[in-house]
Amino acid sequence: MIHPVIPYLVAAGLFGLGAYGVLVRRNAVLLLMAVELMLNAVNLVLVTADTTVRAALPLGGQVFALFVIVLAAAEIGVGLALVLQMYRLRQSIAVDEVPLSDPETEQLAGPTVGSGVWG
Amino acid sequence: MTVQPADVLLGALGALALGAGALAVTTRQLVRAGLWLVVALGAVAGEYLVLTAEFVAWVQVLLYVGAVVVLLLFAVMLTRAPIGASAGLDRTRWPAVLVGGGAGVGLAALLVYAYRWSTVPLPASDNATGRIGAQLFRSWVLPFEVLSVLLLAALVSAVVVSRPDIGARPEARANAGPGERA
Repeated sequence: MIHPVIPYLVAAGLFGLGAYGVLVRRNAVLLLMAVELMLNAVNLVLVTADTTVRAALPLGGQVFALFVIVLAAAEIGVGLALVLQMYRLRQSIAVDEVPLSDPETEQLAGPTVGSGVWG
Repeated sequence: MTVQPADVLLGALGALALGAGALAVTTRQLVRAGLWLVVALGAVAGEYLVLTAEFVAWVQVLLYVGAVVVLLLFAVMLTRAPIGASAGLDRTRWPAVLVGGGAGVGLAALLVYAYRWSTVPLPASDNATGRIGAQLFRSWVLPFEVLSVLLLAALVSAVVVSRPDIGARPEARANAGPGERA
């Protein structure tokens, strides 16, 4: 016998911490870590619901948790490739310094081009 | 209102996960954030074990603690993070506290309202992994195959993003030197 509210509360707390981290962090790698915390909160809800609810299709929650883990792995792979490319282009991975306009001319004139990506 | 051993384990592992998660999103040292993330994800894997989801727990240990955190630490080191504490990691706190705290407290209130202090028996855990495999390859086999295609697409896109000579503008490609022109 368990009280399902305990893991649900843990999941709610983890989601709140992840949302806080996503909004407060400037470093892109730390931001991805906070996204992982949010994904883990969702997985915890899925597994807890699967354990505590009698579903017509059994174990669907655990299968969904496995799918979410695979999606998180794909997301972290592509996300880190983007972060590393951003570091090579701009020598910085602060997400609030990313230009929203077309950076082409700025980069070609900038100081980081020569030893950077196209040099 | 008796307290069961499983409840004690769930509460202790949950407190560990929450504490390590809070440290991971507030610490000023980049590498330590990754290590606190290991503790948080490991504690969540322990919760899965208590909830009789052994297969998900070990997949979590293998993929998250094993692969994802190692990738994150690689990225921390490849972006030349300083060893000690670094300033300027965080921006203004109060909007994030507002949104994060609001999301956490709101979800917690909703879940407490929905579940109160009800108890549920844990299911029998005999051959749970075999039953998950049967479900995965009977009911969920199409999403499973779609996910394999998605993993391939993610792999290819990560390679394409990391290679600057693929998909660059023509003038940039001209700068890349002879032999790179496609």
